[in-house]
Amino acid sequence: MPAVQETVDQVRRIDVDQYKYGFETLIESDKAPRGLNDDVIRFISAKKNEPQWMLDWRLEAYRRWQTMREPTWAKVHYPPIDYQDLYYYSAPKKKDGPKSLDEIDPEILETYRKLGIPLREQEVLLGVQRPAGDDADGEGQTNGKRVAVDAVFDSVSVATTFKEELGKAGVLFMPISEALQEHPELVKKYLGTVVPVTDNFFATLNSAVFSDGSFVYVPPGVRCPMELSTYFRINERNTGQFERTLIIADKGSYVSYLEGCTAPSRDENQLHAAVVELIALDDAEIKYSTIQNWYPGDREGKGGVYNFVTKRGDCRGARSKISWTQLETGSAITWKYPSCILRGDDSRGEFYSIAISNGHQQVDSGTKMLHLGKNTISRIISKGIAAGKSQNTYRGLVSAHRKAKNARNFTNCDSLLIGEKCGAHTVPYIEAKNSSAVIEHEATTSKISEDTLFYCMQRGLSQEEAVALVVNGFVKDVLQTLPMEFAVEAQKLISVSLEGSVG
Amino acid sequence: MALLEIKNLHVEVDGKQILNGLSLAVEKGQIAAIMGPNGSGKSTLAHVLAGKADYEVTSGQVLFNGEDLLAMSPDERAAKGMFLAFQYPLEIPGVATMTFLRTALNAQRKKRGEEELSPPDFNRRVFDVAAKLEIDRDMLRRGVNVGFSGGEKKRNEVLQMALLEPKLCVLDETDSGLDIDALKVVAEGVNRLRSPERSFVLITHYQRLLNYIIPDVVHVLSRGRIARSGGKELAHELEARGYAQYQEELAS
Ligand SMILES: Nc1ncnc2c1ncn2[C@@H]1O[C@H](COP(=O)(O)OP(=O)(O)OP(=O)(O)O)[C@@H](O)[C@H]1O
Ligand SMILES: [Mg+2]
Repeated sequence: MPAVQETVDQVRRIDVDQYKYGFETLIESDKAPRGLNDDVIRFISAKKNEPQWMLDWRLEAYRRWQTMREPTWAKVHYPPIDYQDLYYYSAPKKKDGPKSLDEIDPEILETYRKLGIPLREQEVLLGVQRPAGDDADGEGQTNGKRVAVDAVFDSVSVATTFKEELGKAGVLFMPISEALQEHPELVKKYLGTVVPVTDNFFATLNSAVFSDGSFVYVPPGVRCPMELSTYFRINERNTGQFERTLIIADKGSYVSYLEGCTAPSRDENQLHAAVVELIALDDAEIKYSTIQNWYPGDREGKGGVYNFVTKRGDCRGARSKISWTQLETGSAITWKYPSCILRGDDSRGEFYSIAISNGHQQVDSGTKMLHLGKNTISRIISKGIAAGKSQNTYRGLVSAHRKAKNARNFTNCDSLLIGEKCGAHTVPYIEAKNSSAVIEHEATTSKISEDTLFYCMQRGLSQEEAVALVVNGFVKDVLQTLPMEFAVEAQKLISVSLEGSVG
Repeated sequence: MALLEIKNLHVEVDGKQILNGLSLAVEKGQIAAIMGPNGSGKSTLAHVLAGKADYEVTSGQVLFNGEDLLAMSPDERAAKGMFLAFQYPLEIPGVATMTFLRTALNAQRKKRGEEELSPPDFNRRVFDVAAKLEIDRDMLRRGVNVGFSGGEKKRNEVLQMALLEPKLCVLDETDSGLDIDALKVVAEGVNRLRSPERSFVLITHYQRLLNYIIPDVVHVLSRGRIARSGGKELAHELEARGYAQYQEELAS
């Protein structure tokens, strides 16, 4: 069973079980007043019972943020965001959810059906409220494959599963709010060390108001016994989402983390500005995979999620390795550059990306590989697919520092255009400050060929099946880097997201 | 009843008249060869039958099993048993041949309301047909036609044909680019598929192919219409004398 389905099973169970954890009273109330000021930040921090240093950190970020401007260099266009008109904190509410699937837009249900998500799981995804105890058979184990889930409902992580087993291995996996209570020294040591508070407009905003997110610490020499997976969703109107994730792989450890999300359709734009920080110490490896499928807006380009994310990994130790794999199909706007700082000697960074845009979507995504250490290696494989009236930009930076002797990079950046009204753009920046660095860049742009589609159709495939097949072939190299459970689902998602892209 | 019946077909491409009142009937179980000079419209005919866009049918009619073929989308035609072995098979990078075959077969079966083939059954069938066509399994794992030699691409077309079991097989110069051994393998592949229920249209420039696949009838296509039809001896005559007389006949 695909990971997300399992994840959903888990979430479903949590949804039912949460009363046991005593969240009931919290859930009813909390929402910060609209807008942003010192008091709202104090409110958020107090809600989470944070230590003083955390509050100070947030307030400092807020001060910096007020002096910053929203970046305009990306090739994306959207109406100005009124940051004082958003809510910055809301706990999950039980009451607003639809009572049954009958209340859901049939188009969304159709999409879920095509993705092969079973009914019960659809209910979870769409926030259908059933009486507690109605359904609690979800076991955390299917096909012998295990996925541990830390669920983020709106802004608050309500539960964590598999904790015991992970505990035996010594792996810490919990909401970051909980880590602040239980392991404040770890959080304090690493938080903001990869993405500094002042990094960029959206990251700084996140630092001020982040609500929750996942925290992972894998101790030295431990190979994390299961894939870690977080399931995000957005279901509160006008609620900014400010997830904060921090993953630390200590010396010689290994962890694979999956992140996947789907959101119900909303008419209003929803801002999402997450920060993800990864830290790999000597000989450690982190594999971070994402399937992003947020609401992209309707046919006219109305609504849809604005996704402004800062993801960065620090190969802090020698021989460490970080690899990002992403499948981006959703959101009205995607602004996202998962990057690697190759600080440790002989460290290695990888970025594998499939970015699909259709309809009126705008994607500006890519990566930065910053070579600081000796003999560092990076590899970038980016596949951009633009259909409909969408715009799809790859933006990448590869830089080799003066001391990064023998740094090597290989970049392959392919774009595929479907139809006449979309655009694909490649913006590579290369900076080599030492002569031993070898940086290779390959890029191609092609159109999906009518002749190829005809060939497939002559063999019996419908036009949409033909497009999906050709596109799946185009992205194969990257699909292969996804964990198995994700790959199957990813393939389906690709077909669904390209529907209506031709003819 | 004729399986395929083409009546007075006129086809334009980019405003240029290519088929010019072509009429032709192919009986069930019949093997019809179509020969004709370069640019006479043979591939155009094949493409129009398969439903390629860009070809404008300005008048005429095509019946397939009594149904209006021209009203159907290419994939509907395929599901109803229309198969075209391409003169220039396309490459699909990243899609393993095996995946392509399975997707195609299951798509057709689904359209016909049949069950999908189970993976073991499917594999058995593919490996069986591939072995007969001397296609090794390694090739089936590679991207569709990617890096295949000219001859391998043609054999891959026949593999697909054998697997999909169509009612009408149009082979557009499947013999071109084949060495003599491969030609025999392909011809045997075609001959194995012969049945009273299945018809073939062999488009070829060379009488050589027709030594291995004996046609019931030979048509000469010139300037967008059938200029002459005859038995298999017509192919020999064309080989000896060329097309000059047909070009003139029509010009006058
Ligand atoms: N897209 C097109 N635009 C303009 N002319 C075209 C187009 N496609 C085909 N033609 C012309 O139509 C005529 C018939 O072409 P077709 O490919 O059907 O010939 P053929 O009989 O298959 O030739 P050959 O034996 O060389 O394969 C040629 O003159 C060709 O140039
Ligand atoms: Mg031709």
